[in-house]
Amino acid sequence: MVNFEINDKQYSAPDGTLIIQVADREHIAIPRFCYHPKLSIVASCRMCLVEVAKSPKPLPACATPVAEGMKIWTHSPCACDAQKSVMEFLLINHPLDCPICDQGGECELQDQALEYGKDVSRFTEGKRSVKDLDIGPLIKTDMTRCIHCTRCVRFGTEIAGMRELGATGRGEHMEIGTFLEQTVDSEVSGNVIDLCPVGALTSKPFHHKGRAWELQQVASIAPHDCVGSHVYVHTLRGEVMRVVPRQEDSINEVWISDRDRFSYSGLKSPDRLLKPLIKKNNEWVETDWDLALQFTIKSLQAILEKEGGRSVGALVSPSATLEECYLAQKWLRGMGISSIDHRLHRMDFSCDSGGPSPCPTFGLALTELENADTILLIGSHPRTEQPLINHRLAKAARKGAQIIMVNPIQYDFNFKVAAELTPSGGQLLHPLLGIMNALLSQKNERPHFAWLTPFLKNTVSTPEEKQVAEWLGRGNKKVAIFLGLQAQAHWHASALQLVAEALALFCQASLGYLTEGANSVGAWVSGVLPDQGPGGISLSEGKGLNAHSMVKTPLPAYVLFGGVEPEFDLANTVAARRALSESAFVVAFSPFRGGMCEQYAKVMLPIAAYTETEGTFINGEGRWQSFNAANPPPGEARPGWEVLRALTALCGGPGSLYSRSEEVRDELKHIVQNVPSVTLPSLEQRFRRIEPILSESKEGLRVVTEWPIYRVDSLVRRSKPLQDTAASPLFRARLNPKTASLYSIKGENKMRIRREGEFECILPVAVDKKIPENTVHIASALEGGGNMGQQGAVQVFLESNKDA
Amino acid sequence: MGFVISQSEQEEIDRWLLKYPPHQKQSAVLPALKIVQEKNGGWLATEHLDAVADYLSLPKIAVYEVASFYSLFDLKPVGKHKIYVCTNVSCMLAGSETIVGYLERRLGIKMGETTQDGCFTLKEAECLAACGGAPAMQIDNTYYENLTPEKIESILAGLNG
Ligand code: SF4
Ligand code: FES
Ligand code: FES
Repeated sequence: MVNFEINDKQYSAPDGTLIIQVADREHIAIPRFCYHPKLSIVASCRMCLVEVAKSPKPLPACATPVAEGMKIWTHSPCACDAQKSVMEFLLINHPLDCPICDQGGECELQDQALEYGKDVSRFTEGKRSVKDLDIGPLIKTDMTRCIHCTRCVRFGTEIAGMRELGATGRGEHMEIGTFLEQTVDSEVSGNVIDLCPVGALTSKPFHHKGRAWELQQVASIAPHDCVGSHVYVHTLRGEVMRVVPRQEDSINEVWISDRDRFSYSGLKSPDRLLKPLIKKNNEWVETDWDLALQFTIKSLQAILEKEGGRSVGALVSPSATLEECYLAQKWLRGMGISSIDHRLHRMDFSCDSGGPSPCPTFGLALTELENADTILLIGSHPRTEQPLINHRLAKAARKGAQIIMVNPIQYDFNFKVAAELTPSGGQLLHPLLGIMNALLSQKNERPHFAWLTPFLKNTVSTPEEKQVAEWLGRGNKKVAIFLGLQAQAHWHASALQLVAEALALFCQASLGYLTEGANSVGAWVSGVLPDQGPGGISLSEGKGLNAHSMVKTPLPAYVLFGGVEPEFDLANTVAARRALSESAFVVAFSPFRGGMCEQYAKVMLPIAAYTETEGTFINGEGRWQSFNAANPPPGEARPGWEVLRALTALCGGPGSLYSRSEEVRDELKHIVQNVPSVTLPSLEQRFRRIEPILSESKEGLRVVTEWPIYRVDSLVRRSKPLQDTAASPLFRARLNPKTASLYSIKGENKMRIRREGEFECILPVAVDKKIPENTVHIASALEGGGNMGQQGAVQVFLESNKDA
Repeated sequence: MGFVISQSEQEEIDRWLLKYPPHQKQSAVLPALKIVQEKNGGWLATEHLDAVADYLSLPKIAVYEVASFYSLFDLKPVGKHKIYVCTNVSCMLAGSETIVGYLERRLGIKMGETTQDGCFTLKEAECLAACGGAPAMQIDNTYYENLTPEKIESILAGLNG
C-alpha cells in the first residue's frame, strides 16, 4: 500500500496501481483515448497527462504508477494546458463532421473536446483523408476519423486472439486497417465498435438508424448461448435498434459475441408472425386468439382421446424463458401430454433410464474457469458455440493452463492448446477410455476405482493419451472437464457422459456441460424433460418420449414451442421432416412463420421474440437472471408465458392466478428449494449399461455434423448481417484426403451418402486435412441441407458427375 | 500465391534467427524483409510479405505494419538503383533543394518516381546522419556527401546506368 495525494486529497492504493486506476476508483475525471482497462497499456495518445510534483513534465496517468508521497494534480493549469494542447493536436486531422457521424452523441472525442478543447481552431491547413475499407457486413469504417489510439488493434491481438487489424505507415501516413481489403471475421469482432472512441468503427446494421440520445435503454440477457451475457437493448419508437454489452465482470466482462450483438436484425424479418393463423382447406386463415386457442386445445384433446397420452410430442426451445418452460410443461402435463423435451440436438438417451439426468451446469463459476490448471474439453468448439467461454479459456491458457481437446475434427484455436485428440470416425469415446486406462495404470493410489479395469480390457493407451493422463492425474491441481455440444449430440452421448463422470471423479475435477441455447439449465429446472418434473424430480409414472424418439417414429400430433424449427434444430432432420409432415396436427408457438412450418403446421400462434418478453434465463453457472421486455411484440403477438397462462386457464387449470411473470418464477423457485436430494445408482452400475458400446467396432465411416455459429436458432437464422458474414459455411461433405482417395473421390466430385432405410443424400465434396480419417463432416441447419439424417455410421458412394 | 522464399534466402534468414530466442522469431522480421527485398528486384509485393509472415509464423498484418513503416522497404516496383536524397534540416540549409531540382531535371522524373528505362528511383530521405557532409544522398548502400551538380554527374556516370 502506498499513500499519495490527488488534487490535495489523501488516497492510498496497492503498490503498482496506475494513477488513472485510482482516479477511476475515486471518480476523478481524467480524459483518455488509448487507455482501456481490459487492454494493455501503450500510453500513445497522451490525452491523460497530469501534473506530478517534482516531475519536470506532465506525466501520462495511464502509465504512471502511484508512489509513496506522490502529489498529483489532474486539473491544475499545467495539467489543463497539456490536455488542451494534446486535444488541439488530435483535432488537426479529425474531421468536424459530427452531424453526419454515427458516433455523434456518444463520442469520447466529442465529449472530451467539449470538456478539454479550445472553442476555436487555429488550424487552417487541409486535413488528411483516408480511404475507407470494407471489412465485412458487421463493421462500418470511416478511417478519416481514426485517432490512432490502437484500441482495436490491441483488442485483436489480446482479446480476439486474431491479429487482423493493424497500423500501417508512419506518422501522418499511419492508417489503421487490414492492409489488404479483407473481412474481419472473429466471432467477437463487434466489440471494436464499442472500443473505438470515435466514429471510425461503427455498427454497419445500425448505420444512420438513430441517434444515441433518442434511444431507450433496457437491460437484458443475451439469448443465444449458455453464458448469459449481460446486454443492453436500445430501442427507438418501439423498435430494437441495436444491442450492446452491459458490464458484468463475473460473466461477460465488457464484451459480447457478434451473435448476441447482431441477431436482433432477425426481429425485423418479413417472416414475423403477426396474427394467430389456422389452416383451412390448405389455406392460412387469420383468426383471433380465443378461437385459435380453443381450436388448439380441441384438436389436441381429440387426438389424445383417440390415441392416448403418448400420441403428442412437445418440443420446447432450449432458449425459451424459464417462465415459458415451466408453464409449458404444466399445461402439457395437465392435458396428459408427457412427451416433453428441450434437448433438441441430442440423439442418444441410453442413460436416461439409469436415473435422473444431472442438471447441465458448468460445474464451476466462469471466473474460476480462468484459474484452472488443466481443462479437458470433450466434443466442444467454444469459439463458435459459446464465444465468451472461449475468451475465458484463452485467458486460462495465457496464465499457463493445459487445455486438452478431444474433438471429432481439428479446429483453429486462438489460444495455445496443449493437446488435441481427434480420433478417426468421430469416435470420441476411445481417446477418453485411453486416458482413463492410462490414469488407472499410473501408480494407483485410488483402489476404489479398480472396478473400472474390466471395462477397459480392450483399451490400449496411445502415448498422447498417456501424456494427457499425466497432466490430468498429477495431484493438487484444479482440473475442469466439460462436455460440449458435440459430445451431447454424439451417437455415444450417454457413454461419453459416464466416462467423463468417471474421469472427473478420478481426477477430483469439476464436470460441466456447455449446452445448447440460452436456457438449457432453466429448461431442466422447469421440468421440460420427458421423465423429470420441475426441480429435476424423477417421475415414477407418466414418463414420455425424448426429443429423438418423438420424431424417430412419427406421432399423430406435435407441439412446437419457442420458434423450434425441427427441420433445422433436431439431431435427425430427415426423421423430423418426415414425422412432422405425416402428423395429423401441429401447433407452432413461434415469433416466425415461413419455411417448412407453413406446410406441416395446422395452427401458428404468434409469440413474442427475445426483447419482447420479460422472463428469466438460468445460465450455465446456475444463475437466475431475469430481464424485462424492451419493446412490445409486433401485431397481435403475445409473450409466450401469457399465451400459456391463457391455455392453462382454458383447460380448467389455475393458470389465470398469475398476474405477473415473476409469480411464475417464484412458484418454481419455491419448488426447487424444496426438492429432496436424489441419490443416483453407483457409477459402476451405470457403467454396465454402456458395456455393449465398449465392444462396438470402431471401423467404418461416420457422419459428424455440427451447427454453424449463425445457424443455431430461428432468430439467428433470420439475421441478414450474420448470414452475410464469411462464417456462413457452404453445404459440403468434408473429407480427409486419405479417406477421399480410398473411395476415389476428388474435390470436384459429388458424393452420395446413405444409411440403409433411413436417408440418402447427394452433396458436393470438399477435401480437408483438418478432418480425421473415416469422417464425413457436414454442417447442419443449412438452407437446402435438410436432407441430412443424424450423425453416425453411413455408406458413401461416388456420384458420377453426369447425374450430379 | 506463387512466391516461395528461396533456399539461399532461407539460409540467410536462419542465420539471423539463431541470434534470437526461438519463441521470438519476430525479431528477425527486419533482416528477413531486407534479404527478400534485395533478392527480388528491390521491392516487396504482398506475396513476398506473406511469405515472410509464413516463414516467421507471424500474422500477416504484423509484417505489413513493419514493411510499411520503414521507408527503406519499397512496396511498389522500383528502378535498378534507389537514390535517397536527404532533405532534412542540415542538408536543406546546405542546398538540398538544388540537388533535388538537379536530379529531377537530369532524370526527367519527380520525387518518388522511377525513370522510364527502369534504372533509377528517386526518393526523399530524412536525416541520413551525414550532416557533416551535407548535402548528402545515398544510392543503394553507398553514401555520397558534399554534393554539387557536377559531382552528381560523375556519380551517375560511374553507375553506368
Ligand atoms: S479505428 Fe478507432 S479504435 Fe482503432 S485506432 Fe482508430 S480510433 Fe482507435
Ligand atoms: S490514455 Fe494515457 S496516453 Fe492515452
Ligand atoms: S540532415 Fe541530411 S544528413 Fe542530416
